[in-house]
Amino acid sequence: MHTPPAAIAVERLVKVYKNIPAVDGISFTLAPGSITGLLGGNGAGKTTTIATIMGLITPTSGRVTVLGAEMPRERYRVLQRMNFESPYVEVPMRLTVRQNMTVFGMLYGVENLKARIAELGRELDLTALLDRPTGKLSAGQKTRVSLAKALINSPDVLLLDEPTASLDPDTADWVRAHLQRYCRERHATVLLASHNMAEVERLCERVIIMKRGGIEDDDTPAKLLARYARRTLEEVFIDVARGTVEAREVAQ
Amino acid sequence: MSAVVVSARSAATLQHGSSARRIGAMMLRYWYLLRSSWPRLLDLVYWPAVQMITWGFVQYYVANNAGFFARAGGTFIGAVLLWDILFRGQLGFSISFLEEMWSRNIGNLMMSPLRPLEFIAALMVMSVVRLSIGAVPVSFLAIAFFGFNLYGLGFALVAFFLNLMLTSWAVGIFISGLLLRNGMGAENFAWSIMFVLMPLACVYYPVTTLPTWLQPVAWALPPTYVFEGMRALLIEHTFHAGLMLHALALNAVLLAAGTAGFLLLLASARRHGTLMQTGE
Repeated sequence: MHTPPAAIAVERLVKVYKNIPAVDGISFTLAPGSITGLLGGNGAGKTTTIATIMGLITPTSGRVTVLGAEMPRERYRVLQRMNFESPYVEVPMRLTVRQNMTVFGMLYGVENLKARIAELGRELDLTALLDRPTGKLSAGQKTRVSLAKALINSPDVLLLDEPTASLDPDTADWVRAHLQRYCRERHATVLLASHNMAEVERLCERVIIMKRGGIEDDDTPAKLLARYARRTLEEVFIDVARGTVEAREVAQ
Repeated sequence: MSAVVVSARSAATLQHGSSARRIGAMMLRYWYLLRSSWPRLLDLVYWPAVQMITWGFVQYYVANNAGFFARAGGTFIGAVLLWDILFRGQLGFSISFLEEMWSRNIGNLMMSPLRPLEFIAALMVMSVVRLSIGAVPVSFLAIAFFGFNLYGLGFALVAFFLNLMLTSWAVGIFISGLLLRNGMGAENFAWSIMFVLMPLACVYYPVTTLPTWLQPVAWALPPTYVFEGMRALLIEHTFHAGLMLHALALNAVLLAAGTAGFLLLLASARRHGTLMQTGE
């Protein structure tokens, strides 16, 4: 049977900062159209992994390919088909939502840009906000603008770092539902780093758990729950973070 | 290259290879920003105006009290206006870049299809736009207040302007690289580096004023040729094309070095992971 090429392939990726490994020899592949959660405590290496996939960081060793292009060397072959959202970056606050969408749409080479902006405005409930300065919007509205920026080019690969951080439960739920619909319709590949376990359980068909730069576990949410004999991913996360399972296995 | 057409509902159609469109996008971004903020616009005009008026009065006083300076009419105001082209050109370039750091937008740009050289091209054009907003009204003020017509320099002004802009871009490009690599800790360079050049480029006095051992350093700087050329034009009424060609050759080297420095610092920023951390 023919296996489709991976949307993202990470092979023995190592990133060392001043002799401290931030990412320590991880490997995984993401199939096209899949939604994968990347979990881990602070400093586990999630953001470094995502930034390396985006080509923002050069690996110390190992290889990252996205849609067949090696990152960061061949990034300009595929950056037009990727996008991301991260709390580490913001869209310019003095520009209106429409101005920001126009600039990013032009950067990504989106045709029929006015129509695309109007469409995203409708889909993300931003129509009434399009001509307001981005900085004057509420946190929830800004997150929707960041999401609109991340979807402006209808990316085949979408990288999300804490996409619902600091949102109220209603807005966060709304964002999740939109992402789910987008991925289903677009057959897009999503890698989602989050500390929100309920979010990961709801959105992701696969979860990669990182700890101290390595991959600690990698499976479907159901199998992880079964393996750790837990009811929620949050409990699994705590087990992994504290090394409880290893300790229990050693004791047995 | 043909367009990539996506299949899903509400999908964008993308076109490839549009470098001019990406440069245009960045210029539009800075134009939106300038348009939205009157303090930014005012900032472009007020300091050149203050400088020109101050030095204009100094020259007025000196010209009435010294025979040499009476013959050297316009050299102070000319130097002020040309110095402002150099200083504001670099600052215009660097401030546009800093706007991306201040707004935490660098990550968005670096992860977009925008190429580094396209980014630099957009910053160059914007430095000319910003400079024009500030310098053109001030040049008319110089005519109105002191009867000094910068445009009366004719073709020489084009040569002076071109050389000063090339130097300002070379310095601006290198400073942008430093900012990418070192974050906002390098911000002060953007504001102050030109003042290091000021005494060496002999803005307000001839190169012969410097100690002999320092004169080769001055002649290694392209702006020195411009200011010497300006004084020759105003005092001796002679345009020295050779000086401008020297400056142009030095600028070519400086621009190549600045761009190479930027690309090396960008590569270093990718290795050290500083593109995501553009704060202090």
